[in-house]
Amino acid sequence: MAAVQDTAVAVGTGASSRPAAQGRLARIWASHGAGYMFLLPWLIGFFGLTLGPAIASLYLSFTNFDLIRAPEWIGTANYARIATADPKFAAAVKVTFLYVVLSVPFKLAFALLVAILLDRGVRGLTVYRAIFYLPSLLGGSVAIAVLWRQLFAGDGLINSLLAQFGIEGPSWISHPDYSIWTLVVLSVWQFGSPMIIFLAGLRQIPTDMYEAASLDGASKFRQFYKITLPLLTPVIFFNAVVQTIDAFKAFTPAFIISGGTGGPINSTLFYTLYLYQEAFGNFRMGYASALAWILVLIIGLFTAFSFLTSRYWVHYDD
Amino acid sequence: MTDATMSSVTAPPPVPTGRRGPVGSFLVHAALIAASIAMIYPLLWMISASVRPEDEIFASTSLWPSSVDFSSYVRGWFGLDVSFGRFFWNSLVIAVLTVVGNVVACSLAAYAFARLRFAGRNFWFAVMLGTMMIPYHVTLIPQYVLFLDLGWVNTFLPLVVPKFLASDAFFIFLMVQFFRGIPRELDEAAMMDGCGAWRIYWKIMLPLSLPVLATAAIFSFIWTWDDFFGPLIYLNDMNSYTIQLGLRTFVDSSSTSDWGGLFAMSTLSLVPVFFFFLFFQRLLIEGIATTGMKR
Repeated sequence: MAAVQDTAVAVGTGASSRPAAQGRLARIWASHGAGYMFLLPWLIGFFGLTLGPAIASLYLSFTNFDLIRAPEWIGTANYARIATADPKFAAAVKVTFLYVVLSVPFKLAFALLVAILLDRGVRGLTVYRAIFYLPSLLGGSVAIAVLWRQLFAGDGLINSLLAQFGIEGPSWISHPDYSIWTLVVLSVWQFGSPMIIFLAGLRQIPTDMYEAASLDGASKFRQFYKITLPLLTPVIFFNAVVQTIDAFKAFTPAFIISGGTGGPINSTLFYTLYLYQEAFGNFRMGYASALAWILVLIIGLFTAFSFLTSRYWVHYDD
Repeated sequence: MTDATMSSVTAPPPVPTGRRGPVGSFLVHAALIAASIAMIYPLLWMISASVRPEDEIFASTSLWPSSVDFSSYVRGWFGLDVSFGRFFWNSLVIAVLTVVGNVVACSLAAYAFARLRFAGRNFWFAVMLGTMMIPYHVTLIPQYVLFLDLGWVNTFLPLVVPKFLASDAFFIFLMVQFFRGIPRELDEAAMMDGCGAWRIYWKIMLPLSLPVLATAAIFSFIWTWDDFFGPLIYLNDMNSYTIQLGLRTFVDSSSTSDWGGLFAMSTLSLVPVFFFFLFFQRLLIEGIATTGMKR
């Protein structure tokens, strides 16, 4: 701003010939210019990296584009193919929905259960909280995906553990019926961050509500059902929306565990993995752009649906 | 019923609600300890596998190696044409630049939104919030084409430059929330004394905002360190690989039978994140709890 003010002063003093006009300019600059100066990096980023590319992506989705030749306009052919003639798209949607439907409820249930156990009067809270949160922080990295691949291999650790109980586990990774579970377990393992949000939410519930309820003879279970759960619905809703959107966007674990193929038989072909394959494996940039817009549509519809139905089960104080 | 209620209003209940009895407390701890072990067992097993003699890695589910052997670390480190030292260095450079970019650019924008009055402020603020909703897949391909045309592919620029343009709107939002909590009297007084917006930003807002700047910096670092997708797309030459790409190459390379080396390098790749977690645990947890940060 020092520079800005200097300019303003310079304009003001150097303009003795037309003081009125220049003075007004300086005042406008002083009040609005500073704001835009501070906003400049973000504005450049917004136009150059978000709005511009978004428009370009919409355009590309109606073209054939392989990065080398200029994009060739083909109308809605990409979308038509997605809708009618692309079994891999159907597979990717199915796998992704399956992953969302399996991983998010389990993850939230664990997060809530552990948060309730940790909520009141547990000694060593910070230690437990740290242990439960650590996997959330590490979970996105390649190392963890690699580790998971070994844990769930046919002769891996999980099956060794199962064998000790006399259970013969399947080869999780290479069997199309089970491979998705490897990824679901990995996701559920990372319940730490929704757990922390649940903990914060539980803190907001006034303890005298429980005191009053227990004086009235309400059991712990009834207290949970009648007080905790309803008052926690905004937090549950928030966690559900955030986790679901994240699950739709999952990429790294499926890529590493399937070696980038989405196999066996497309059983781990997450939507984002398919998009990546089309764009950077087959260089069908136009088709991949169409896929990206379909994903936006799916996430958008889901979010809209959540918000519409939320009024029937999410309770706000006011 | 009325009598009971009346009497307990005058005399407080003997056991404060919310506290558990000894049996309940024991059960809770037993459940929590069992869950904790299940949670960290895979991690401990990986660390243990990295110091085990090669033939023993998959032989047992025990965490205790029969003998400790660090040769896996040496083999892993030099297991590819390019050493893991290079990958670590590349990751470090990208992560540090990302942290600087995010903190500088996002705090500039956040200051404008939180404190300055200018035409269109509310409009741009709404736009900024809107960009948080857009999944990166939409802008991915045109951005790639753009960076390819600029000749930036295979350099760190596509991964770093966007951060200096405040592309992580989430951090802007976080900082706006924090800046709004700083008393306005402070900058009004400074303005009376003739300070311009720049000096207020630099001398008042930033020093008072260290907690939120640190949270943003730490999460920036960890997310960048863990990022796989960005480097996967933009970095093709092994000399420019990040640690995540290096690990993936190690998995795919002919030396996949070297599980010891793989687990050793995996363990090392988690060390920086683990240290950040150890030192800044409170900050990270508060960041999550108050803002609902993802991951």
